[in-house]
Amino acid sequence: MLDNNQLLRFTTAGSVDDGKSTLIGRLLYDSKSIFEDQLQAIETTSKKKGHDGVDLALFTDGLKDEREQGITIDVAYRYFTTPKRKFIIADTPGHIQYTRNMVTGASTANAAIILVDARHGVIEQTKRHSFIASLLQIPHVIVCINKMDLVDYSEEAYNKVINQFEEFSSKLLVHDIRFIPISALNGDNVVNRSENMTWYQGAPLLHTLETMHISSDINKVDARFPVQTVLRPQSEAHRDYRGYAGRVASGIFRVGDEVTVMPSGFTSKIKTIDTLDQTLSEAHAPMSVSITLEDDIDISRGDMIVRSNNKPEPSQDIEVMLCWLNNSPAKPRAKYSIRHTSNEQKAMIKEVVYKINIESLDRNTEDKDLKMNDISKVKIRTTKPIMVDAYRENRTTGSIILIDDTTNETVAAGMIV
Amino acid sequence: MSKYYLNYLDELESEAIFILREVWAQFDNPVILFSGGKDSILVTHLAKKAFYPAKIPFPLMHVDTGHNFPETIQFRDDIIKDLGVQLIVGSVQESIDDGRVAEEKGKNATRNALQITTLLDAIESNKIDCAIGGGRRDEEKARAKERFFSHRDDFGQWDPKNQRPELWNIFNGKHFEGEHFRAFPISNWTEMDVWNYIKRENIAIPSLYFAHEREVVWRQDSWIPNSEFLILEDHEEIVTKKIRFRTLGDITITGGIESDADTLEKIADEVSGMRQTERGNRSDDKRSESAMEDRKRQGYF
Repeated sequence: MLDNNQLLRFTTAGSVDDGKSTLIGRLLYDSKSIFEDQLQAIETTSKKKGHDGVDLALFTDGLKDEREQGITIDVAYRYFTTPKRKFIIADTPGHIQYTRNMVTGASTANAAIILVDARHGVIEQTKRHSFIASLLQIPHVIVCINKMDLVDYSEEAYNKVINQFEEFSSKLLVHDIRFIPISALNGDNVVNRSENMTWYQGAPLLHTLETMHISSDINKVDARFPVQTVLRPQSEAHRDYRGYAGRVASGIFRVGDEVTVMPSGFTSKIKTIDTLDQTLSEAHAPMSVSITLEDDIDISRGDMIVRSNNKPEPSQDIEVMLCWLNNSPAKPRAKYSIRHTSNEQKAMIKEVVYKINIESLDRNTEDKDLKMNDISKVKIRTTKPIMVDAYRENRTTGSIILIDDTTNETVAAGMIV
Repeated sequence: MSKYYLNYLDELESEAIFILREVWAQFDNPVILFSGGKDSILVTHLAKKAFYPAKIPFPLMHVDTGHNFPETIQFRDDIIKDLGVQLIVGSVQESIDDGRVAEEKGKNATRNALQITTLLDAIESNKIDCAIGGGRRDEEKARAKERFFSHRDDFGQWDPKNQRPELWNIFNGKHFEGEHFRAFPISNWTEMDVWNYIKRENIAIPSLYFAHEREVVWRQDSWIPNSEFLILEDHEEIVTKKIRFRTLGDITITGGIESDADTLEKIADEVSGMRQTERGNRSDDKRSESAMEDRKRQGYF
């Protein structure tokens, strides 16, 4: 691995039989990321179950219940590395009843792989997965048209799927969509270029993942620094040190910058940007640093340091695309704790504007219950202003979760409109 | 012109620091679970970075099985002195003496499962609300489903089917009296990432990780070190080999591999060519297909 190798997080959504587990198994196997003892364990299980050959899909099985039922229930994380990049796969189940897990996996992803069976073309599930990728603003979407071996590796079949996909995806907000014809089972265009599809001029999947440009996915314009905690060593060497610890959410901070502390509105200048290793002249997302200011102002967890010439909107009334994550439906006008970066307030869902039918993508203004896996546009009122950006501008300062204080569970995730 | 993106090790480091600061901000009484193995040493190193120039603001806790490598205990005591933090020790021997747990019998007896009781007792008696561990998702299939902030009920149990969703970088550590959390700042690191980072940062680790001559016996496909706890079978023979350990656990269950790797560079090279997972040399994981999941449900690390 070279020093400038980046980390790419991608999500794969799919359900039984679409070849998702086989594809992941293939990526791991062909990139030599499966160890011998793991392979042996899979071989033993394959034999026990009476499968022909080694079932690569078994590699992604996790918990006892999942192995018994042969399905993925929860998000599982897989890792592999090539000489060019380190990859984290958020492997999520694709069935409609697991929408919340897809949303979870998508929340941190740079790229999404959407699998389409070449025989069936674009189906409801494809639309649902693409909608979630668009809703969660995953910057890059790769549509893998799988099982090309079952349509005689036909270019016509491939083009037909592309046309179907482009017809509905024009309504979605995804900037980078690519298409790759593959056979996960046989390995065509996964790691190695397919000899069966010489008509395809593009790169195989792994090469695409290794080379896609991701450094511009981070918002470099709006400087935002949510304060996690205050560092006060009170030691001999650092008696007066008062550092604000946090991770740069977006943008770039430089020593000497004019900054404003939200929500108090006090202004100061950045004095130092510190880490254990060195004192820096600038910090950018997603670096974890400690910032000190020229002036002594009262700052604590939940506050946000921003550049004075570019401030987020303090707001008590926010509109949010909300995904309900919990078994218990939302209680009308109930109060929840809302978390936004390091800030926590109380909040109330004032109004459900509409619910999205995630099969047809239609808006439903009649049914306004918020049940598990529902995605709805809602209006939320908070007890104190929070410093919001639109989610499409900023995934960190544009996202919230709701916590039910009676159970302490995370019940909903929202993207600020 | 700077590049304005991080390489993968810097991004993993930044993520871990973020998690450690969230733990400090969200809990009253966290500890780092310190075993003397490379993963808990790494977490401790990252905690040093997270709170610099302040000291690590919480104690380290060691669950002492009594079946230690002497080198590990020495290393632990040195690091405590160096950091100037408090050490809490939970003793499995005391749990046995108090009748809280019973020692396993037979040749393959270990104190591995016994640690669960000692760990949960220590968490309860010290009123710990978050225990930070060095668990990684690449280690084992049950760990692949683990959250960064992982809830434990008032019996210390993990319910893998009913975990809180974790989205973006917003972590929910809210809990009721008696419940606690486990936090895993290096969830996203692989074994290779750990070694590359240790090499880059030149982090001190116990000598056991480097190739050295040692008396060992061949058992369950690896070299088990000779110790006062070893019971030899008739056909077994103690030999001297040049070995090193890939992971560190109890001296009774940690198998070594034959190796000449005596520097961090050579270890990283060796690990990158390995075709077996690191836990392949741990007999605690070989007991059944769901050995780790079963122990984790009960409250294991």
